[in-house]
Amino acid sequence: MTTQASVLANLAEVRAMIRKHKRNDFIFSIIGLLALMLGLLTLFTLFIDLVATGYPRFSLDFLTNYPSRKAAHAGLLSAWVGSLLVMLVTFISAVPMGVAAGVYLEEYAPKNWFSDLIEINVTNLAGVPSIVYGLLALGLFVYGLGFGESILTAGLTLGLLILPIVIVNTRESIRGIPIAIREAAYAVGATKWQVVFHHVLHYASGGILTGVIIGMARAIGETAPIITIGALTFIAFLPPSPVSDVAPFINVEWLSSGFTVLPIQMFNWLSRPDHAFHINAAATGALIIVVTLLMNATAIWLRYRIRKNIKW
Amino acid sequence: MATITSPVKAESRDLNFYYSSGHKALKGISMALYEKRITALIGPSGCGKSTFLRCFNRMHDLYPGNKYDGQIVMHPDNTNILDSGVDPIEVRMRISMVFQKPNPFPKSIYENVAYGLRVRGERNKRVVDDKVEEALKGAALWDEVKNRLHDLAFNLSGGQQQRLCIARALATDPEIMLFDEPTSALDPIATASIEELMSELRNKLTILVVTHNMQQAARVSDYTAYMYLGELIEYDDTDKIFTNPGRKETEDYITGKFG
Repeated sequence: MTTQASVLANLAEVRAMIRKHKRNDFIFSIIGLLALMLGLLTLFTLFIDLVATGYPRFSLDFLTNYPSRKAAHAGLLSAWVGSLLVMLVTFISAVPMGVAAGVYLEEYAPKNWFSDLIEINVTNLAGVPSIVYGLLALGLFVYGLGFGESILTAGLTLGLLILPIVIVNTRESIRGIPIAIREAAYAVGATKWQVVFHHVLHYASGGILTGVIIGMARAIGETAPIITIGALTFIAFLPPSPVSDVAPFINVEWLSSGFTVLPIQMFNWLSRPDHAFHINAAATGALIIVVTLLMNATAIWLRYRIRKNIKW
Repeated sequence: MATITSPVKAESRDLNFYYSSGHKALKGISMALYEKRITALIGPSGCGKSTFLRCFNRMHDLYPGNKYDGQIVMHPDNTNILDSGVDPIEVRMRISMVFQKPNPFPKSIYENVAYGLRVRGERNKRVVDDKVEEALKGAALWDEVKNRLHDLAFNLSGGQQQRLCIARALATDPEIMLFDEPTSALDPIATASIEELMSELRNKLTILVVTHNMQQAARVSDYTAYMYLGELIEYDDTDKIFTNPGRKETEDYITGKFG
């Protein structure tokens, strides 16, 4: 029976082929796992190292003390308050602008070569080294507009830095909304603004928020542009409070105050010869990583919460 | 046509339509929709029936480069709704639409129906409540959802979602309602309920329905138009089209020799 023989031979060939393909499958899964582990383990080791080194400084005092000449008494008060205020300015400046720009590009702008050009440039902006933003800010905000080496300058600089991230994320989450939903709204006579405001922004808010938080998490660790615009490194005072006890209860003096931020404080301590300060730096590094991870975790949780009720 | 007893609600006059690609999807369509009658559009895929339907609420305006040439005149006011001076929003406020797949908003049942009223700026809760109830009753959905108006619309079945979309289209008292293959995503039982609903809606408004299902056209419509390759081949009483068509092409399509 030649046909049976040929069928069997063919089958053997096919089986050999499948075995070979499966082997490739296995090899790739090992390589992939290794690649993943390499990245994760590096981060994990770094984090453990920082925690182990900085451990002696983990106390409330570390958060409530100003920097000091004595490493053991030095704290992060001015740095984390500075970071918080700078982030506030970043949020207020980048979010409305980024979301508005994203909505405009996606919903309003005519689709032609010019909008394509803008799209490519916005995406590229997200990849520009942060020190370039620092130089731009030094020329524009510090000297050109005369904002000085202030919280306002730093906040706006980081705002510029994360603007492309917010725009790109806004556009992507808007794009995820099915056309059928827009048509449903248009078909009852909604205007473009009504469609955007009642539906598009609403359903895209999860993705937009995620983009904002991821952008902020990047901004909080940025050092280079902040150094470029001349943040102070040794500050033993707090900026004036943004809220006051007399009407109108909000003051803006803090915007023009000198400041420092967490990564700068860390950089400063790290560059001192005395090893005791390196312990402070490690503790600060661990804190920054924890804050960043918490922000990203919040982003993931929010996205899950908001999308849970929406299935297209 | 034998049984015309109703005034013309809207009519297309020598309507051509071009997609942005340059494709001419409608070629010189002239036909009338009669008031409080159901007109069905049949024909093979790509014949232009959905394109024609979507001219009536200017849906094509949403995508750049599309071009209308010709008129759709609405009566009694004689407005050419394709005129560039006529706001598509105004057209959509008079002519509502039900889509192929149910497309409720990810909001509550109540908010879905109320949306057309919200768009019109209605803020009086009593008015909105009444309209929502009326529309849901009109769409034969009220009894099923009256105790869970604030549940998410996604929790409804496919047929219920489609009736919700009809209620949403109904809440604003449109003059004409467009149905773009409204049952193609539904099971036979849900389909029957939508067809029954359309027959009831016929007492209130004019209906234009695109359907792939010839039996459906025969069951629900008063008039039927057969389209092919962007042209209107034949338009007549549904009975006549299905029993004694005037054109050979129509007969071939109806009897399944073609398409």
